[in-house]
Amino acid sequence: MNFWQFLQQNWPELLVHVRDHFYLVLVSILIAIAIGIPAGILLTRKQSLRGPVLGLANIMQTIPSLALFGFLIPLPFIGGIGARTAVVALVLYSLLPIIRNTVTGILGVDANVREAAVAMGMTDTQILRQVELPLAMSVIVTGVRVAMVIAIGVTTIAAAVGAGGLGVYIFRGLRQYDNNLLLAGAGAAALMALGADFILGFFERRFAVTSRSTQTKGRRTVVWLATAALVVFVIAGFFYLNAGNASDAASRVVVGSKDFTESVILAEIMAQMLEQRGVSVERTFELGGNLPHDAVLAGKIDIYPEYTGTAYTAILRYPVNTDPAIVFNQVKKDYDEKFNLVVTEPLGFENTFAILVRGVDARRLKLKTVSDAIPHAANWRAGFGQDFMTRDDGYPGFSKRYSLQFAQRPSEMDLSLTYIALQAGQVDLIAGNSTEGRIAALDLVQLEDDRRYFPPYEAVYIGRRDTIDRVAALREAQSTLAGAITTDEMRQLNYEVDANKRSPAEVVREWLAHKGTK
Amino acid sequence: MDEPPHNALVEFRDVSFQHGNTSTPVISHLTFTVRQGETLVLLGKSGCGKTTTLKLINRLFLPTFGQVLVKGKPTSDWDPIRLRRETGYVIQEGGLFPHFTVGRNIGLVPVLEKWPASRTESRVNELLEMVGLPGDFSTRYPAELSGGQRQRVGVARALAADPPLLLLDEPFGALDPLTRAGLQREFAALAKELNKTVVLVTHDVREALLLGSRIGLMDQGQLILLETPDAFLSSKDERALAYIETLEFPAVVSEQEDARA
Repeated sequence: MNFWQFLQQNWPELLVHVRDHFYLVLVSILIAIAIGIPAGILLTRKQSLRGPVLGLANIMQTIPSLALFGFLIPLPFIGGIGARTAVVALVLYSLLPIIRNTVTGILGVDANVREAAVAMGMTDTQILRQVELPLAMSVIVTGVRVAMVIAIGVTTIAAAVGAGGLGVYIFRGLRQYDNNLLLAGAGAAALMALGADFILGFFERRFAVTSRSTQTKGRRTVVWLATAALVVFVIAGFFYLNAGNASDAASRVVVGSKDFTESVILAEIMAQMLEQRGVSVERTFELGGNLPHDAVLAGKIDIYPEYTGTAYTAILRYPVNTDPAIVFNQVKKDYDEKFNLVVTEPLGFENTFAILVRGVDARRLKLKTVSDAIPHAANWRAGFGQDFMTRDDGYPGFSKRYSLQFAQRPSEMDLSLTYIALQAGQVDLIAGNSTEGRIAALDLVQLEDDRRYFPPYEAVYIGRRDTIDRVAALREAQSTLAGAITTDEMRQLNYEVDANKRSPAEVVREWLAHKGTK
Repeated sequence: MDEPPHNALVEFRDVSFQHGNTSTPVISHLTFTVRQGETLVLLGKSGCGKTTTLKLINRLFLPTFGQVLVKGKPTSDWDPIRLRRETGYVIQEGGLFPHFTVGRNIGLVPVLEKWPASRTESRVNELLEMVGLPGDFSTRYPAELSGGQRQRVGVARALAADPPLLLLDEPFGALDPLTRAGLQREFAALAKELNKTVVLVTHDVREALLLGSRIGLMDQGQLILLETPDAFLSSKDERALAYIETLEFPAVVSEQEDARA
């Protein structure tokens, strides 16, 4: 599918992401203006505050965006997942340029002009409103312009906390190695940034007072039009951002997922089964890292797919255990006692780390097991996802168990990119997922874990007890799904989405119809 | 004091001023009066304290010691906003607001004083005519004017609410000599016609002699001489003589130019 065809098929969805993106940016920038300009004005009056406040705003901007989202998740009121968290983070990012330019603009007003204003008997408020702000406006608008362009970029990260926007396409495109998605997401964000830059550049020139072309009438009209447009957008944005929260929580189930294809598919299966039973479902998919866990604890989502091994080691922080039954029982017990969360019966398939090499290498070197690969490792480069590099049951223990020594320290990259890197010959060994759909398509071979290092991960749903007690359809769906998905089926579902670029909703609908699961 | 008190619009009583916690005073022990209707010129080198003296009158500064009285009331007792609106102030290049039209610049104080729009407008037109600018200038912006025109607007703005007292800080300093001479003559005539009390700061002794009814010579924060122009020219004080000597050389040049022509 070329990009043009992609756009023709997906433009309604793309427009939704553009709209979400735009509103997130706009609402954030307006709040940042409402805080930043008064703060900037205050700093011009209170010199002693200037250093600390600008320093703080500076620090805000140096925090990597994903980390800032991470800090915000557990906080009450401003945290959680969804648009509100994204708006808070975006406001924090946008403050610095706006505050700094307000201060610079006002302090940059010609000393003669300010002295004349004082000497004419203008009060401080009159000087601010009639002299300093109008003369500083062009510099302040520059600050807003910079903040806006930064915010449009940072908003792409907001998809990781479930706030939507063009980041959804970018993350999905990275995961599925789909250039059309990447191009649509990144391209639209870039166009939006250019557009915002152009429009605010126009305002900036309008407000510049040095040019001879300054026209009072024109300025007035522009200011009024801009104000009217902003008011409309703010009201629209307010309703829009509140739409999600306003609907009744009683009859609705919020289904979450992690940010990889399999999790999205499993979440979609649950969502569609609930919908078949007449339950209204809200999808909060593609949450990064362990966000779904925080979200389900905080009641932002009701249920999401999880793996027992992940829950056991990454959340409960137990040492690695390779017995699936022990792991499952411990997780079920602890989740009940510690979090008051329900762990459903396993779905049937196992998803564990799969050590993968290229098919040509496997055939040439006659590799069947990981042990077979040990002699070759010294000439190989390995590439692993960030997750695998750091977790207890990941690289450190793995390399020890097999006494593996690679030519150089393994490259750390996004998990979904490792498959491509392996196929392209940039690395020679990766740790993928056993249910990854592209394993066969990319002619990759899984080496058997002959020393039984990797714990088997069983897929389960983690749900809030109150929701499960309340919604009968949820109890029904989860018992129907117990043991219902084989490893081959899961691989096939993943393949349909990742390799054939079909939407999870469509693939799941087909699968449910085929299974006759009702 | 030889003047009767009712005749003094501004009075300095042993005034000293220093900035913040600096130890050297900018001006020290100034005592003089500005009489109703006179043009007092403060003459001196840059840094001698003449601008500071001016700013003490409209309370841009408050004295560290002593008192400055305007209309018999210490500036510290004045509402600063009231005092400034009743005092015209002109600085170099006019200090015009670049984002205001000429009309809005001139009408600034009337608008602040909430005059009706029609009265402000007719006052602006009256002032434009008074300072010799065409009426259609009121819609122009300062950037569209020449230096001399901007200075005229600055004077018009200072006169707008008809204040009895005008303070001028090197008002003609940035102008070319021909424009300056023209403006000085017009200003002298205008001040006389309107019967304004004027305090003008300059480093130009010719300007002082042309405009001043009295000249106060300042040096290192002190007023060392306060005389009429005639008395100033015949002064034997060496610091006054230094200024008078500068008058002779340009005079020779202009005679030579006359001879050539």
